[in-house]
Amino acid sequence: MIDRELYLKSIQYRIKLLKYIKMAGAGHTGGSLSCVDILNVLYNRILNVTPETFNDPGRDRYIQSKGHSVEALYVVLADHGFFPEEELETFYGYRSIYTGHPTRKVKGIEQNTGGLGHGLAFSVGVALAGRLDHAAYRVFTLLGDGELAEGSNWESLMAAAHYQLDNLCVIVDRNTLQLTGKTEDMCGLEPLAQKLEAFGGELRLVDGHNITALTEMLCKLPFTTGKPSVVIARTIKGKGISFMENNPKWHHGVPNDRQYEQAQQELEARLAEIKS
Amino acid sequence: MSFTPGSELGKSNLEVFAETLLALARENKNVLAVTSDSRGSGKLTPYAAAVPEQLIEVGIAEQNLVGVAAGLASAGKIVYAVSPASFLTARAFEQIKNDVCYSDRPVKLIGISAGVSYGALGSTHHAIHDIAVLRAINNITIIVPADNLETTEAIKAAAQMSHPVYIRFGKRPMPHLHPSGTVFEVGKSLQICDGKDIAFIATGETVHPALKAAEEMEQSGYSCRLVSMHTIKPLDTEAVIRAAGECHAVVTVEEHRTAGGLGEACAAILAEANMQIPFKIAGIPDEYTVTGNQLEIFAHYSLTGPGLARTAVTLLEGITKG
Repeated sequence: MIDRELYLKSIQYRIKLLKYIKMAGAGHTGGSLSCVDILNVLYNRILNVTPETFNDPGRDRYIQSKGHSVEALYVVLADHGFFPEEELETFYGYRSIYTGHPTRKVKGIEQNTGGLGHGLAFSVGVALAGRLDHAAYRVFTLLGDGELAEGSNWESLMAAAHYQLDNLCVIVDRNTLQLTGKTEDMCGLEPLAQKLEAFGGELRLVDGHNITALTEMLCKLPFTTGKPSVVIARTIKGKGISFMENNPKWHHGVPNDRQYEQAQQELEARLAEIKS
Repeated sequence: MSFTPGSELGKSNLEVFAETLLALARENKNVLAVTSDSRGSGKLTPYAAAVPEQLIEVGIAEQNLVGVAAGLASAGKIVYAVSPASFLTARAFEQIKNDVCYSDRPVKLIGISAGVSYGALGSTHHAIHDIAVLRAINNITIIVPADNLETTEAIKAAAQMSHPVYIRFGKRPMPHLHPSGTVFEVGKSLQICDGKDIAFIATGETVHPALKAAEEMEQSGYSCRLVSMHTIKPLDTEAVIRAAGECHAVVTVEEHRTAGGLGEACAAILAEANMQIPFKIAGIPDEYTVTGNQLEIFAHYSLTGPGLARTAVTLLEGITKG
C-alpha cells in the first residue's frame, strides 16, 4: 500500500527546505535532500516523540550525526509543531537559534552535532542508559557515509555490539558523495555492508527514498535480539531536483533564482502527480 | 591538637578519588564510572567488584568514552569518565568540546595520572597541556586538587554539578594541607599560610613543594603567603588580586606548561586590573620535556621547595636592587 500522506510530505519537505536554504543563501542542500525521506518516515511513522513528550524520559530519541543536513531536520520538526515554521526565516541569521548545524536550543533536537563522528557514541550512551533503566525507548542515529571515515564511528559500533544494544538503530545515508567527490575516490568505504556486519551490526539494505520499504523495515526493530540494527539506506544526493542529483557541487550549493524556479517547478509537478 | 600543613602524609589523590566515587555509587544507583581500560590505573578495581553494574568499560577508545558519557548523562546518569588525563583531554578533545561542553552535558571528566605523573613513560603520557586547552573551552569547570581533602570534596561536589567539570590529579601520596573540616568551595581558593613578602599561588601536586619553599624562606626571615588555587576555572580572581595587593611579589606554580595555565590566567587578571608586580610563572617550559620520574622532572624545572624558594628570592632581590 502506498503511503500517500508521506509521499506528499516528501515533496513538501523538499519545497520547504529549499525555500529556507534559498532565503538564507546557505545550506547543505544535497545531503538534506538525500536524507529527508528517512526523517519523514522516522518522525511520521516510527518515533514516539512529540513536542509534548520531548522531555519525557521514555521518549524515543533521534540523533542526527550528520549535523550538516540540519535543514531537513528543521522542516520535519516544524511540521510536527516543535516550533513555528516561520521561525526558520531566521535560518543562518545573526543570533538565530537555527544555526547551520543542530543545537539543543531548538526544541526537538537532542544533541548538538556538526563535527562528524560524534552522534553514534552519544547514541550508544543513551541506549546504554535505557538498558540500565529497563526503559523501552529506542535510539535512532543518522550517519552520513562520508562521515564513516571518522574512526570514532567504529569505536562506537564496537561498543554497541559489545553491549548488545538492540535498542539502537543506526541508519547510514549512503548517497555515495561527499564534499570533494565520490566517497570511493576519497577513502573507499566498500565493502561497507560487510564492514558494518563484521563490527557486529544486524544489517539491512533499503532504498532510502522508498517510503513504503523504509517504513516496513523500521517497523520491525530490532532486526534481531541482542544486536544493534544497522541500515544502509541507498540514497541519491540532491534527490528530487534533476540537476542536483548525484552532483557533489550541490553538497552546499545554493540555487540561483533561475535554478530555484526550476527546482520549484519540478517539485510542484511531482506534487500534482501524487495528488492526482 | 594543632594542625601543621604538610606534616602528615595522606593517600594518593587517586585512591581517595576511587574511594569517594565508590561511596557515591553505593548511595546512588545513577552514579556511573566509564572507563577506557583504565579501571586499574584509576584504582577502580574495588569499585568494579563492589558495584559491577555501575561501571561501563568501553575499551581503549577515549573518543567513544567521552561521547558515551555524554549520552549517559543526557539520560540522567551521574557520569564520571575516567581516563589518563593525557588521552582524555588530547585524544577526546573534540568530544569534550562538542558533546560535553557545547551540548552542556554534565559529565565529570576525571583525568588521572595528570601532569607528569607518568614521568619516565615520556611525553605521550604527560598531560601538561590540559589546563590550557580546556581553559579555552566554554562551559567547563577545571579543578586541580592538591591534597586528599580537596580531592574528596571536588569529587563529591562534581556529583551535584549540572554542568561539565574536569578534575585532574596524580598518583603519588600527598601530604594533608588543610585541617579536617575545612570548607571546600569550587571556585574559592584555600589559603594555607599568610605573609607579605611573597605570594605563592599554586595548584595540584605543586602546592606541597610551594609549602616547602615557604617554610624554607620563613627560616631566612621572609614571610610567605601560600594559596591553593584548586579551581582554575572559574578562577578566584579576588584572591589573586588580594595576593598582588598585599604581597611584594607573586610566584604561580603548576604542573603544566607555563603557557596557558594557572600562571597566565593570573597574569591576565593582574594586567587587566592595572597591577604591576614582580611576577613569575613556575611550570614546565616550552621545550622537549626532560626524561625522568615526576620528582626528577619537578627538580629539573625547579618545582621543588628549594627550587621555588630560589625563584621567589631572586624575584624579591630584583625588587631590592631595582
